[in-house]
Amino acid sequence: MRRFLKGLQGFYMVLVFLFLYAPVMVLIVLSFNKAKSRAVWGGFTLDWYRKLFENREILSSLEVTLVVALVSALVATAVATVTCLGLDHLRKRIRSLLLSATYIPIVNPDLVTGVSLMLLFFFMRLQLGFVTLLLAHIVFNIPYAILSILPKVRQMDRNLYEAALDLGATPAQALRKVILPEIMPGVINALILTFTLSIDDFVISYFTSGNQVSTLAITIYSMARKSINPQINALSTLMFVSVLVLLVIVNIRTSRDVRKKPKEVSP
Amino acid sequence: MTARPVRRSLSRYATYPYILWMAVFTIAPLLLVAFYALTVEQPDGRFVLSLEGFRNILQSPPKALDVLFLKELGLVVTVPLYIDVFARSLEIALASTLFCLLLGYPVAYILARRAARLRGGSDALLMLFVIPMWMNTLLRTYAWLAILEPKGLVNNLLEGIGLPAQRLLYNEFAIGLGMVYNYLPFMVLPIYSVLVKISPSVVEAAEDLGADRTRVFTKVVFPLSLPGVVSGINMVFMPAMTTFLVPNLLGGGRYMLIGSLIERQYLVMRDQTTASALSIVLLLFVLATMRFVTRYEKENEGGGLLL
Repeated sequence: MRRFLKGLQGFYMVLVFLFLYAPVMVLIVLSFNKAKSRAVWGGFTLDWYRKLFENREILSSLEVTLVVALVSALVATAVATVTCLGLDHLRKRIRSLLLSATYIPIVNPDLVTGVSLMLLFFFMRLQLGFVTLLLAHIVFNIPYAILSILPKVRQMDRNLYEAALDLGATPAQALRKVILPEIMPGVINALILTFTLSIDDFVISYFTSGNQVSTLAITIYSMARKSINPQINALSTLMFVSVLVLLVIVNIRTSRDVRKKPKEVSP
Repeated sequence: MTARPVRRSLSRYATYPYILWMAVFTIAPLLLVAFYALTVEQPDGRFVLSLEGFRNILQSPPKALDVLFLKELGLVVTVPLYIDVFARSLEIALASTLFCLLLGYPVAYILARRAARLRGGSDALLMLFVIPMWMNTLLRTYAWLAILEPKGLVNNLLEGIGLPAQRLLYNEFAIGLGMVYNYLPFMVLPIYSVLVKISPSVVEAAEDLGADRTRVFTKVVFPLSLPGVVSGINMVFMPAMTTFLVPNLLGGGRYMLIGSLIERQYLVMRDQTTASALSIVLLLFVLATMRFVTRYEKENEGGGLLL
């Protein structure tokens, strides 16, 4: 009976993983398919990848995506770092109010966040375009950056800063030589996380980018709605692989962190 | 001693830029949604207070309510079109949440059992489960097009074994499937993280007191995992209720849900008043549901403590 249950569990997990991975695998396989139809295998080809890199619309939206991701990640992480360091100086009530308001973009449905930002830009008479897209990405990235950095600031020994000052460091030196190295792992994780989230976003970009500028996700969406296009398969494969690589890096970093901890604690 | 005032003056202002930023880009936009919902823009650019947005929702063209089995049972309940859209969205979102729970709980349970055996070692299977969650929802949804389309993979297989091709795309089934696929990890992970924290000694105590495996599960493990179930339900229900991507791609735009209705009202119809009114209704509904589910769970917990 026990063995039967175990076998059943294994079988169930195989089915679930098949369900999770089949669509991704189908996309990857089809991106190498010579036949344009999505149903028959017409032989191996890299044509779709070549066409992809000749597609100006896709290349320009790739550029927009990367620039927005990079800039919004940097700005959001910088703002989050400064905010986290100053948080202890706020009165308790204001601090908890600020932190719960920080959660708003995370808790709110993306649809509402996107729509509300679009209305804000309308109201400010800002033409939807690159600037509004970038602002929107910074808006939804800051909370995630704060959530990545805050634990590191909390873990940090408050006395370190005082000790540095007592030993004659200026506040700027203490910040650069003592505090920043302490919270660096959190800052770097925040950078990677916000960069990934920015690349990954569709809904908020869709409402805040207007007609002139589009990110990769938006280009894919409009292509997918129009017709079948194997270039999307190639693009999806590339995006999947790059997000995967980023995630593996983040995971290795965090698991290294976890493994390092006990060594530091035991003298 | 002299360093102290310097220290304070340096970082006291550190949070001010963010407080200002949040007021402009987080709080103000939400207030603006409410503002647009409650006003109508006049031709001369002035905004006049009005309930027209909400009136438009109730005065949308009448339609027979198409949820559950009302149609099959021959019951005709006429409601405004937008109410019908709302009801159908709710139906699909609830069904998807339920399916995610039924499919996901066993997965979380099996993964948690493995974690107990691995004793804190990292589990490759868990990693494998998390990876697809990080892939773009858009791409994950698009992938199903290739599988479900009329000349797609499934129909090819069906024809291969001599069965008639099925209409798999552009209906409720396709949308529900897309939602379950997209949001399943959001159900599994919270339940998993609660299950791994249940101390083995609790289970052992129940076993020592004579409970069999079924009773250990129904009386001990499952009640203890309820917080995870609750946050899983919240994390699946909210995106399922608000998505416009899944219905637009897998429903082919022919099958309107509340998310796609709001998207169309804003971007195609350019009717900000009605669209904002719909957004407010949706947001309040989703938040109220989350609160209700969370509170229900908390009350249960309180009861447990009294016993």
